[in-house]
Amino acid sequence: MMLRLKFSAAGAILTLAAGLFSSPTWAQADLTSGTLFSNGNKFEEKTGKALYESICQGCHMPDAKGATGAATYPALASNPRLASPLYPALKVVQGSRAMPPFGGQLDDEQVVEVVNYVRSHFGNAYVDTLTAAEVKALRP
Amino acid sequence: MKHSDAPASMSRRELLTLIGSVAGGAVSYRAMAGMGLTTPSNYQGPIKLEGNPKGATVLILGAGIAGMVAAYELRNAGYKVQILEYNNRAGGRNWTLRGGDSYTELGGFTQKCEFDKGLYINPGPWRIPHHHQGLLDYCRRLGVALEPYVQVNYNAMVHSSRAFGGQPRRFREVQSDYQGHIAEMLAKVTQQNKLDEHVTKEDQEMLLESLKDWGALDKNYAYAPGRESSDRRGFERPPAGGLSAVPIHSKNIIPFDQLLQSRLWAAIGAGQNYEMQTMLFQPVGGMGRIGDAFKREVGDLIHYNAKVTQIKQETKKVTVTYVDTVKGGAPQTMTADWCLCTIPLSILSQIDVDVGPKMQAAINAVPYAASTKVGLQFKRRFWEQDEHIYGGITYTDLPIRVIAYPNTGYHEAGKGVLLGGYMFGPNAFEFTSLPPAERVRKAVEYGAQIHPQYKTEFDNGIAVSWHRVPWTLGCLGVWTDQARAEHYENLCQIDGRVLLAGEHASYIPGWQEGAVLSSIDAITRLHKRVTA
Repeated sequence: MMLRLKFSAAGAILTLAAGLFSSPTWAQADLTSGTLFSNGNKFEEKTGKALYESICQGCHMPDAKGATGAATYPALASNPRLASPLYPALKVVQGSRAMPPFGGQLDDEQVVEVVNYVRSHFGNAYVDTLTAAEVKALRP
Repeated sequence: MKHSDAPASMSRRELLTLIGSVAGGAVSYRAMAGMGLTTPSNYQGPIKLEGNPKGATVLILGAGIAGMVAAYELRNAGYKVQILEYNNRAGGRNWTLRGGDSYTELGGFTQKCEFDKGLYINPGPWRIPHHHQGLLDYCRRLGVALEPYVQVNYNAMVHSSRAFGGQPRRFREVQSDYQGHIAEMLAKVTQQNKLDEHVTKEDQEMLLESLKDWGALDKNYAYAPGRESSDRRGFERPPAGGLSAVPIHSKNIIPFDQLLQSRLWAAIGAGQNYEMQTMLFQPVGGMGRIGDAFKREVGDLIHYNAKVTQIKQETKKVTVTYVDTVKGGAPQTMTADWCLCTIPLSILSQIDVDVGPKMQAAINAVPYAASTKVGLQFKRRFWEQDEHIYGGITYTDLPIRVIAYPNTGYHEAGKGVLLGGYMFGPNAFEFTSLPPAERVRKAVEYGAQIHPQYKTEFDNGIAVSWHRVPWTLGCLGVWTDQARAEHYENLCQIDGRVLLAGEHASYIPGWQEGAVLSSIDAITRLHKRVTA
């Protein structure tokens, strides 16, 4: 419940809004389309595709081309910075500036899944993969 | 409360106990405040910037609450002030969406708000606690009319999709039953002498009396169907007039084990939180009325559609580079003696800012929370007409988390708008990732589990996910204790000729009061520097 702890320091609006009825083992099945809504403070999506479509595309967009307003969400599509799997893994776990850290809400396997997914889609075709042990080592 | 009236022999604690027992906690609190034991607000009344700034210029970045407070006060104090604002409107996160408004989020998704005239949703802040004295004082000074914001409504619902067959319960029943069962249990163990180690015999009598009072127990210290419990949880048939007047007490007290397992106890405590305690306010006509009022004061200073790209310091001036997001063209610059920057850190951390490594590290250290709000218009105010819910909030374990009813316009014929979802945490990201129309559709589907009327009465909706908001890239700065210890003071320093303000530079993140107080603190220190 790392996020919960963080949020309780950040303000009651967050604990109250996010903390009710949290139970990490139950997911709210969607009514019509099979979309998953996580229950509690951890993401329950498992596959790289599901994780991307539930988290990453909120900012990096469904086509992974990013977006720009007053500042920018970088494109993940054809992004040479993804050459090492450790770079996106570090960003996912620890966050970076506008990007929130997800280390407290994703387990090692989920980070592996989503990083491998991004590095093998959207014009990225890296064949090497990230491992759970490598993710574990990135946790603060 | 004049504590000099107290008998000379009475200690301060004894006096407070006396005041509290006679007049209740609020009076005790005020007495304590008067005696310097607690402070209700850091706000010290209208800021007084005395001394001549001798024509000093200040360039303010951002026309949100923090920026406009600074502009208003600094100009009054004799400064020459300009504001650069990314948006084409003033207010920042102080924002109300009304019928006819159009909103385009990152990714190019445009939503048109189709609410009826007078109906609105506040995508950002929506309530003002009574102790947010800074913001409230600006409302007073700028003539922003306020009305009550209802946090706790005993007739609203608490709902768990996994308890009671998914049927919502009234707040009143759950609150009364939870308190009643606990009081009964505690009374029992007291009578069984199991508290002797903790409570003296004399105090046990007082404890029993208080449990009876607090938990609505009957004369046998039981929480049971009868007058006492019905006076709290409601009646099977409430008292009335004439021949049908006799009340029937409610019998369907929720068994304690079911109540515990339902986890609905987690849904009844919000209003006890310092930030949610009655009294709370909202501006009449929407939170955006505060931004409108500030704009009337300082609107002539604002340059809209200005996207800041660089903040450069020299020995005697600050130069800010920006581009016009509508007209385009070459980057323009504006210079001033000082720069007060209220740009959210999610944005500022991507701008070339000429500050020292400590402030830069602080700017980079604060991620922004995800949040989504969904406004739904219905063909009629069924929550009032069918369910007698007038304002307040229903809490649920469904991904929408809340349904908040309008605290205004009661009994109006015609359509009504409610807040159909307010998410933080994973659900907020998951909603952000959906196209706006899909967010609205999900909110309607989930809400229909609590109010079946949704299925026939839904009209239209609009959804704002804060990570898609082009001018904030997130809802509010999330500080950990560790980040506070390492970076907070560095963030709030005057670095050469640049200083920051906003909710992110406060210990009240996500609340407008944080923006107000950080702005006042910043300009007070700036003024001291300028007039030194």
